[in-house]
Amino acid sequence: MGNIQPKLSEAVSEELMLVRAAKAGEMRAFEELVKRYDRNVFRIVQHITQNREDAEDVVQDAFLKAYRNLEQFQEQSKFYTWLVRIAVNEALMKLRRRRPERMISLDQEVETEEDSMPREVADWSPNPEQQYTQAELRDILGRTIQGLPAGFRMVFVLRDVEGLSTEETAEALGLSIPAVKSRLLRARLQLRERLSKYFNRQKDGDGNQ
Amino acid sequence: MNCSDFLKELTDYLDGSLDERTKEELEEHLAWCHNCFVICNTTQKTIEIYRDSEIYELPEDLRSRLRSAIMQKCEASKRAKSSGPEEV
Repeated sequence: MGNIQPKLSEAVSEELMLVRAAKAGEMRAFEELVKRYDRNVFRIVQHITQNREDAEDVVQDAFLKAYRNLEQFQEQSKFYTWLVRIAVNEALMKLRRRRPERMISLDQEVETEEDSMPREVADWSPNPEQQYTQAELRDILGRTIQGLPAGFRMVFVLRDVEGLSTEETAEALGLSIPAVKSRLLRARLQLRERLSKYFNRQKDGDGNQ
Repeated sequence: MNCSDFLKELTDYLDGSLDERTKEELEEHLAWCHNCFVICNTTQKTIEIYRDSEIYELPEDLRSRLRSAIMQKCEASKRAKSSGPEEV
């Protein structure tokens, strides 16, 4: 079984040089940071807002806020982790303004351990994603992950999709490390369980549903 | 190692952060427990599918539009800061 390594592991020193140049007023350096992380920030906030227009607003707000507060970035953590924390907070604020009746919180504990116990243990077909078109697959994956509680969803997105470390995820979401680990396990198991119904090896081999 | 011990260690195993001894015990369990073997494989596949998926990708045209908007706002903020009264 191969290790799953975070995919964002570029040289931090180069990033720090850009941050310092941006702090000194070089707009091009800040633009470089925007280019580097806009896709990631867009994906992350869309997982929270679940709405593209809101995500567009939040991406702009988050980068602007980061720019205005660059002086406060202490350089003890990665710029990206700091930026993600700002973006997550902006997205949650947007959601609260839009749907004040539905408080979304990342630290709600909504389920017990038992909810994550595997029930579906049939194996998947060898390349399950190939059973569907790209559009169908995106739809399945989007609907499935949206069904997770927000606190689980965000831990999974930051750790497994965006490649942050456990420590960085904890920092970005304001959670403890044990909380990140426990949510990550439960998120992974719940997603696996839910995807199993789409990806199970077809028992009859005749392609019928 | 039994099935519930295996579940507790699964996340660290998939992340490659288990110590050698626990890893060996876990792999020994996987060698004979088919259910845990399937759960391990399909959980890893779940992670890979999401990692490779293109849900919520930022289209290039929207990306450049957003970037110009961001940079315009930052420029405006910079100008306001240098010309206006200092913000507290």
